[in-house]
Amino acid sequence: MEAEPALVRVSGLNKRYARRGGRGSPCVQALADVDLEIAPGATLALVGESGSGKSTLARCLARLEEPESGRIWFEGEDVLALRGRRLRPFRERVQLVLQDSAAALDPRLSAAEIVAEPLEILGRGGKSERRGRARALLDTVGIPSAWGDRRPAELSGGQRQRLAIARALAVLPRLLILDEAFAGLDVSIQAQIAGLLEELRVRHELTYLYVSHDLALMARLAREVAVLFEGRIVERGPVARLFAGPSHPHTRALIAAVPAWPAAPPRVS
Amino acid sequence: MARLARRAAHGLLLLVGVSLLSFVLVELAPGDYFAEMRLDPRISEATVRGLRARYGLDRPLPERYLSWLRSLARGEMGYSFAYGGPVGPLLWPRARNTLLLTATATGLAWLLAVPLGAWWAARPAGPAAHGLAGLTALLLALPDLVLALGLLLLAVRTGWFPTGGMVSLGHEQMSWEARVRDVASHLALPVTALVLGLLPVLVRHVRASVADALAAPFVRAARAHGIPERRVLLRHALPAAANPLISLFGLSVAGLLSMSLVVEVVMSWPGLGPLLLEAILARDFHLVLGPVLVSTVLLLGGNLLADVLLLAADPRIRAEEK
Amino acid sequence: MPYDSVVPALLEIRDLVIHYAAGPDASVVAVDEVSLDVEEGEVVGLLGESGCGKTTLLLAVLGLLSPAARVMRGSIRFRGRDLLALGGLEARRVRGALISIVFQDPSQALNPVRRVGPQVAEVVAAHHRWSRLRCREEASARLAEVGFTEADRIYDAYPHELSGGQRQRVVLAQALACRPALVLADEPTASLDSTTQAELRALLGSLQSRFGLALLLVSHDLGALAALARRVLVMYAGRLVESGNPGQVFHDPLHPYSRGLLRAFPHAVAAGAAPEPGLPVPIPGSPPDLSRLPPGCAFEPRCPDRVPACLERPPQEVRPGEDRRVRCFTYGG
Repeated sequence: MEAEPALVRVSGLNKRYARRGGRGSPCVQALADVDLEIAPGATLALVGESGSGKSTLARCLARLEEPESGRIWFEGEDVLALRGRRLRPFRERVQLVLQDSAAALDPRLSAAEIVAEPLEILGRGGKSERRGRARALLDTVGIPSAWGDRRPAELSGGQRQRLAIARALAVLPRLLILDEAFAGLDVSIQAQIAGLLEELRVRHELTYLYVSHDLALMARLAREVAVLFEGRIVERGPVARLFAGPSHPHTRALIAAVPAWPAAPPRVS
Repeated sequence: MARLARRAAHGLLLLVGVSLLSFVLVELAPGDYFAEMRLDPRISEATVRGLRARYGLDRPLPERYLSWLRSLARGEMGYSFAYGGPVGPLLWPRARNTLLLTATATGLAWLLAVPLGAWWAARPAGPAAHGLAGLTALLLALPDLVLALGLLLLAVRTGWFPTGGMVSLGHEQMSWEARVRDVASHLALPVTALVLGLLPVLVRHVRASVADALAAPFVRAARAHGIPERRVLLRHALPAAANPLISLFGLSVAGLLSMSLVVEVVMSWPGLGPLLLEAILARDFHLVLGPVLVSTVLLLGGNLLADVLLLAADPRIRAEEK
Repeated sequence: MPYDSVVPALLEIRDLVIHYAAGPDASVVAVDEVSLDVEEGEVVGLLGESGCGKTTLLLAVLGLLSPAARVMRGSIRFRGRDLLALGGLEARRVRGALISIVFQDPSQALNPVRRVGPQVAEVVAAHHRWSRLRCREEASARLAEVGFTEADRIYDAYPHELSGGQRQRVVLAQALACRPALVLADEPTASLDSTTQAELRALLGSLQSRFGLALLLVSHDLGALAALARRVLVMYAGRLVESGNPGQVFHDPLHPYSRGLLRAFPHAVAAGAAPEPGLPVPIPGSPPDLSRLPPGCAFEPRCPDRVPACLERPPQEVRPGEDRRVRCFTYGG
């Protein structure tokens, strides 16, 4: 193990939500005493069912939600204490890519404008610089620069995700949080995006935190998996170890749910 | 339940605020009831001042506001200089007449708009749909005033309808039946004017809501199960389209006392409209405030009604309340 | 891809071509010369990605195509009857009663302002002249069949009070309400959690065997296809490019697209085993533009095994084995 300090450290995180929807209990404990560490350059996947707290954890890490209690350190700095303008450097270093980028991308802006927007917000560079960088980024993620003028609605699902990734990379983050970023994409497109992400990770020395309910995909993409169940991390470890010997029943349930191909020889009809 | 109680409480606060604001605004308008008199050289300054003092117009604003509130509590709702008596008894008969007009018109408009809009949503193409689109656009563009005047012209030229007022001469001597028919014939034109003004907006809203609902996945699923189209429209699309329409209905109720001012004045319908106009022109202070306040009550009531109806119609909203 | 048999299959689709109007002169080819059979009680799987025409195919069987779609030629026969020629009333009688469909997203397939029980009973009532009480009893029975132990409580529930898995079970109850002979399923497990997906897969299997349903299962859930389907068809750009039984198609795919697609799946090779290391392998290039298909094979631009003939005309169907079909010049055609 590297002696490098952890990129992200979480300690004792708690978060509750007021429950709506007529299903009884007034409050739901989304996160209960969560501790987590992410080493730089790691690829960690938070895997769990809906309601397990994985998205809540990701959102707390991205400072989109405030936990009730607990601490979060990013690069050694206490993130929860940051407010207002001091939060800005943090926002540059931690970026989010979400599911269904059709909703996450401004439908009135063109692709190039979407990618340049974070640079504009954070005041980096002049206008032509930003435009040039935007086109370079579109290239990097495999969107032909001729399509820079297209709006999100004119792009396919896979291309929109690429766009979201390009936008996230615009400010040279250190940590990329991908919350169900593959959901809704075709399998072959998922594979393309996965390949792109791996390439970018190596090239730009990124750290990835995946959030997904798809253990099968996460097992291929991430080196380590943390299983969430009812707001707690119940198990964590390298993929092979988890599959070889899961200790928590929920982990076993998730592994059992991964569909398997037929191992038997072809049946005669 | 708690939400409704809160809304009612907010409404009450709003009412107080409106009363205060209107009081102040009317006060700020130049002149008062006795201002006209100053133009008459035969009436001396002293007389005018004396009249003012007698009716309390020279007292400070807060004092006058409080005394008006006290009068409200007594049911008098202030004092009308023009009519020389409390505002209340002047108001209620007029309000009743207005409600007769607007309730009929609103009810009729909704009864027509829902089937028309639903039919239009179910059949978006074809000459009938285009015709309806053109007609609603035309009606939307026509101001109330033009509609009312146009209908009045029709009445004058053809003599089919009375040209104004609510009752004919000798109304009290008629039998009950004849009286009803008399009012109805006077009602016809103003109601038509109002309905023509309301209909295009309502029809378009209904159409939009129903069209949205018809495009919903669960409607496609219902068709896939072999449910007859009529049932799909009535039992799936319409209930799902109801939400925005219920809010709109609340607004309709809210406007019952205020929507018909122009029509009433043009067609001499003895409702709140002409009374209000008269009062404004004469600077009859309290007589202006009375209808404003009553209208506001109805506005708040209408919104509250919409809230209640929404709660009853959409289980998801009910669940949020728990 | 038809069987050579004398008795007509339950569902017979022959040379179906469907176009979508996409502007004054442009049309998009959604389904391109598709022929397939489903026998009574048989489960046929359909594998393909978005845009390959699978949903259009299912909608065509039920006569639910949007007005912009046109069946250019071909036929769809159910127990010998031509479904495309059915008038409104007859088509409605078929839908839900003889052939029913399960759509992908259960949270959208149920009316949110009505309770779920009556939505199941409504399907029964649409096809039988039974009393309301009887329809309600039937609906409760169906809810019990799909695994609800408290069917009466669920009957009165609203969709938003149920979980995703429960809603999908209600949708299944609707689809089975009138005991159809054929159920079309469009990605029935796609929008659910993995453990719920597993439950639903098992439920689908047990219902299928219990009622002898024929199932045309469109899915990219390889486990479901492996467990349930007797035959798997692979679809690309509106055409059927390969068919065989799951063991053959998954372990020995013939068509280059099938091979590429299966390599892109992240699934494990055997139950409970760790997945193979390494990322899933993508298929190079992008999905085809259905408004501008090339004159030759639609997969050619991305195909590692292309030959000059691939540019000239689309390959014909070839039968390299018993019940094994493929459209690729590598095997002839």
